[in-house]
Amino acid sequence: MNSTLLNAKDISRAINRISHEILERNNGAGNIALVGIRTRGVALSHRLKEKIEGIENITVDHGILDITLYRDDLAEGIQKPELKKTEISFALENKHIILCDDVLFTGRTIRAAIDALMDFGRPSSVQLAVLIDRGHRELPIRPDYVGKNVPTAKSKRVQVLLNEEDGEDKVMIQEHSK
Amino acid sequence: MLLSTKSILGTTELTKLDIQQILDTADSFKEISTRSIKKVPTLRGKTIINLFFEPSTRTRTSFEIAGKRLSADVINISGSTSSTVKGENLIDTARNLEAMNPDILVVRHQCSGAPALLSQFVDCPIINAGDGAHEHPSQALLDLLTIRSKKGKLEGLKVAIVGDINHSRVARSNIKAMQTMGMKVCVVGPPPLIPKDFESLGVEVSHNLREAVKDVDVVMVLRIQLERQNQGLLSSLREYSNYFCLTSESLANSKDDILIIHPGPVNRGVEIALDVMESSRSLILNQVTSGVAIRMALFYLLLGENNADPN
Repeated sequence: MNSTLLNAKDISRAINRISHEILERNNGAGNIALVGIRTRGVALSHRLKEKIEGIENITVDHGILDITLYRDDLAEGIQKPELKKTEISFALENKHIILCDDVLFTGRTIRAAIDALMDFGRPSSVQLAVLIDRGHRELPIRPDYVGKNVPTAKSKRVQVLLNEEDGEDKVMIQEHSK
Repeated sequence: MLLSTKSILGTTELTKLDIQQILDTADSFKEISTRSIKKVPTLRGKTIINLFFEPSTRTRTSFEIAGKRLSADVINISGSTSSTVKGENLIDTARNLEAMNPDILVVRHQCSGAPALLSQFVDCPIINAGDGAHEHPSQALLDLLTIRSKKGKLEGLKVAIVGDINHSRVARSNIKAMQTMGMKVCVVGPPPLIPKDFESLGVEVSHNLREAVKDVDVVMVLRIQLERQNQGLLSSLREYSNYFCLTSESLANSKDDILIIHPGPVNRGVEIALDVMESSRSLILNQVTSGVAIRMALFYLLLGENNADPN
């Protein structure tokens, strides 16, 4: 059985609020850059960028990370995900980087993303924005901006659907994971 | 994502899906070589041995850089410094190397079939980096990547391969790979340098360079292997150049957006004229850049999968 955690309106409100929180915390958008983690973090980062640019009327740097090469489970014989491009075409120095991802779970993806970022330069800070924080961290990582905190059982599956990838905006939780 | 083979011995065994996967993965790897820190941790703790029994700068360096950019440890062994000069045979050399638990063996050998022979005696994946006049699969793959990056596609393109087809492993690997990808191939050269049975491979054969390059999208010029020209196949290099050197004149009637590639090393003025080589249509250096990305993709795709726990 699936139940809906957030609908399209909820998602849009969450992105709106997070945009304002980012601006408040960083005193505007002058020194920030948004970096989306493939796949659905990219869509989120684009939406945040659009919102922030609309509010502040300036252009914000944007990048895309594919963290496949930095994963810690590649050697475990899993079927490898398809490798896509990483696109970071601006200098990270003196920038506050807002990493964006759809779901924060074990924290391992974020660890990989931070490692990947550091290979591109030394940002002033790295902050983390996620749509869903479902708990069960395996590393000392915490989000700075959260759409919704959802306490979950570890066996359950949280699924984020976004227009850009899936044709609709919705967050669901699968009660019985396969 | 899974390649259909454990080792890369030639393009003959690669399926269309394999080639597409390798090219797509390599495309993503290109970006790493443009970073200021050109390294990702993906193959940390893996060992790659380059076992080269023939001279090489491009291919060996390319494999070495590819491994290092993925954080693997790369060891180079050349024929002249290996125990084969003490009389050890190839299989024993490979078995001894395998006893040190490398994760991949990259092999170049003057004898056709040497990497395939080794693959029967060792368990780790083997990449053929050129064996005799047989195959040089990573070269063919990097050629395809270079062409695809410029043309945006491979299917339906027509390629002329010019030169010493007879001795060329690059030609053989490319013909197979290009046919798999739905491209048309025409081989061009003097009759003694084109194997008699090549028409049976489904390629066109031409002995007239100017005619052959008229309607092609890509010309691949092969190196005249000077070290192999004392067999009386050519009367002289000058005569060869008169007929088969790729010059602006021989390209006079060709398409405007024709691409020129060459696997290197180039004999300037013998198989290709200086101005053609330096022109914007020439992708010779793009090929070298593509080569690193292709070899990173091969290591990445071969290594991860073979780590699957047999239990």
